[in-house]
Amino acid sequence: MIGKYALRFVALGYLAVLLVAPVSYVFWRTFEHGFGPAWDAVTAPDALHALKVTLILTAIAVPANTIFGVLCALAIVRYRFPGSGIVNAVVDLPLALSPVVVGLALLLLYGREGWLGGHRVVFALPGMVLATIFVSLPFVVREVVPVLREIGTEQEQAAATLGASAFQTFRRVTWPAIRWATAYGVVLTTARALGEFGAVSVVSGRITGETQSLTLYVQDRYQSFDEVGAYASAVVLALIAVATLILMTRLKPKEETR
Amino acid sequence: MIEALGIVKRFGDFTALDGVSVDVPTGSLIALLGPSGSGKSTLLRVIAGLERPDAGEVRLDGADVTRVPPQSRGVGFVFQHYAAFKHMTVGENVAFGLKIRRRPRAEVRQRVSELLELVQLSQLAERYPAQLSGGQRQRMGLARALAVDPKVLLLDEPFGALDARVRKELRLWLRRLHDETHTTTVIVTHDQEEAMEVADRVVVMNAGRVEQTAAPRELYDNPANEFVMSFVGPVNRLGDAFIRPHDVELLLEPNGATREAMVERLVHLGFEVRVELVRDDGTQLSAQITREQAEALELDPGQIVYLRPMRQKTFGS
Amino acid sequence: MAARAAVALPAPKARRPLAPGLAVGLSTLYLSVIVLLPLAALSWRAHGWDAITNDQAVSSLRLTVLASLVVALVNALAGTAIAWTLVRDRFPGQGIVNALVDLPFALPTIVAGLTLLALYGPRSPVGVNAAFTRWGILLALLFVTLPFVVRTVQPVLLELDREMEDAAASLGAGKVATFRRVILPNILPAILSGVALAFARAVGEFGAVVLISGNLPFKTEVVSVYVFGRIESGDPGGAAAASVVILAISFGVLLAIGGVRRLATRHDR
Repeated sequence: MIGKYALRFVALGYLAVLLVAPVSYVFWRTFEHGFGPAWDAVTAPDALHALKVTLILTAIAVPANTIFGVLCALAIVRYRFPGSGIVNAVVDLPLALSPVVVGLALLLLYGREGWLGGHRVVFALPGMVLATIFVSLPFVVREVVPVLREIGTEQEQAAATLGASAFQTFRRVTWPAIRWATAYGVVLTTARALGEFGAVSVVSGRITGETQSLTLYVQDRYQSFDEVGAYASAVVLALIAVATLILMTRLKPKEETR
Repeated sequence: MIEALGIVKRFGDFTALDGVSVDVPTGSLIALLGPSGSGKSTLLRVIAGLERPDAGEVRLDGADVTRVPPQSRGVGFVFQHYAAFKHMTVGENVAFGLKIRRRPRAEVRQRVSELLELVQLSQLAERYPAQLSGGQRQRMGLARALAVDPKVLLLDEPFGALDARVRKELRLWLRRLHDETHTTTVIVTHDQEEAMEVADRVVVMNAGRVEQTAAPRELYDNPANEFVMSFVGPVNRLGDAFIRPHDVELLLEPNGATREAMVERLVHLGFEVRVELVRDDGTQLSAQITREQAEALELDPGQIVYLRPMRQKTFGS
Repeated sequence: MAARAAVALPAPKARRPLAPGLAVGLSTLYLSVIVLLPLAALSWRAHGWDAITNDQAVSSLRLTVLASLVVALVNALAGTAIAWTLVRDRFPGQGIVNALVDLPFALPTIVAGLTLLALYGPRSPVGVNAAFTRWGILLALLFVTLPFVVRTVQPVLLELDREMEDAAASLGAGKVATFRRVILPNILPAILSGVALAFARAVGEFGAVVLISGNLPFKTEVVSVYVFGRIESGDPGGAAAASVVILAISFGVLLAIGGVRRLATRHDR
């Protein structure tokens, strides 16, 4: 029986040392001198601007990837077309690529000497939006595809024989079945979009007060020896992450009891 | 021989075994018979060491093994859903127990081929369980359990997951195997036909208790109580009396000792006929008679007949 | 009750199947613009192979691949242990621990790196200073790859037929033998899947590593940082060349892991 307790100790200890301790420590350091300094750091104009940038990026990327995600999942599973296997693989690409490489690719495409260059895409918000969309692209697709596969086409075929158009079928039959999977995918997409660092770092030029997302701001504060500023912004991001985690936990069981 | 003495086992609030004692003489084949939830599988697992009883003792050949883990009890266990090692071939499955005991390779190979021949799976030695039918998987399970020469063979509803025809075949086959090897065997089943056909003695269990232990014939002829009687075969209830359908005599004229009933339906079961009857007060009964008898009586639905129990049982309250 | 005359409902007008084509068309368009076009630009513009063959590049590549392999191995062990504890064990707060495993998925990588640097860096309250060392890199990579093996092994453990373990016990196998001969072969494919995901993630990791490693060339510079440096020094072509090589190596390793996984699942076919 001692084996059981030893294993539990090792597993939980690993999690504590690697995950819990560092994150808790930063929380503690942020608030160790009270709420005030942390609040001031987080409401500084550059910080607020960075937060705004991050929220804009997310507000664009998430809906775009959600609509695409559902459409693409439908295309892959329901409308078998030549190349659907390739599409499936391409959707998974962003998960395998280093964010720096993603940023580089965008730079090469839209930069001054790029194929589509000269339109103020890189070193500006549009480039960052494209980067954020790229990296957070797969999640809704990957969550919806297995659900679509599992529920099968029978219900949709039944709806068609009863006279429903494609859109009606989607709204009344398909969507209720994929609702929770989509929601879970949206949560994952949002978390990824909010947390993106490498790709936007390359593509944005990191211009403080202009093209700095909150993640880039954290790095900037740390490198400027402003520990309080860095930790406070990190805590903001961490709190959002915790909220995301809670949503993930709530939605996961629903998603898995299809 | 196996002795289980006063076994108590609880799962949370649920008492699976409430002081059960069972005796299995060496070389015999005993069936634990009962409905779901009667505790029969739990008892088997306690004997195997896969469950620890809350109270009571288990003895194998006189030695107290209650605290001994299953690895060291020398029991062979066959599972209802086969518990096949799906990542190993049939041959490797059967060899498992021998490999654990580090037997020399030549010995393992020989024993495995002997056993595969015994269960008629020699052709399938290199296949994986996923490629086998249910019946084949269970024969493999049996060979695997026998490979280590267990003192005791325990089978937990071994044919429950198989279809009727395969079940009947394997049942007969198991009995023949037992007659050859004489390994002390306990089989758990909810199918009374199976228990009666296969076992030397049957232990009837209900709600964690033993209702009766007897040979199949004795169980049928002299059931200890209402539960055993109705579990072991079909039964009619007339007031306090319990009557087997075979023991119902049908007459066309009353004679004082008879009761009146109307024929509802005739079910032709090959050479027997089951006559479904209903009495005035709504009680339903069935009589089982031969085809000749039915023809002689010229029975028809709606007809009034008179029935007399040739034999009946009452159980004191 | 008056009987209603049966009325046949008119069939709806036949509609052309517009929707399938639309979904397929829009999806492929979106994917092409967002993903394929930039990647095409990357491979086309890759030039200057000395960007990946010079000593600094090779050193960063070697460091990254080795670190990722080590991290993948540690995850195989730790991830399996954690999955086991979540599935087979019972203790208060288990639900929270289960949710916690997903934290690296939800937390921005730069924040992860910052927290590790705070606790295990120059001003560490526990006297551990992994900044500017390879240990720091391992720490950061372990953080971000934590969920992968756990989440691939967990469902398999949940579905595992417990009776196989009972059977093994009845046949004489102790706990260790049962784990080695019965449980492990059945969870190995899942472990390998998780390992592949962890490796791929580790090779490309940037945000978590960039602060704690200090990015010392030849010592603690991972390949994503090297590529970043190439971009900053105005050599995007070289950076692209390096990226293509890294992708090829990752792809190779993933193929190899996939091959091993197929070997381990031949009994299911």
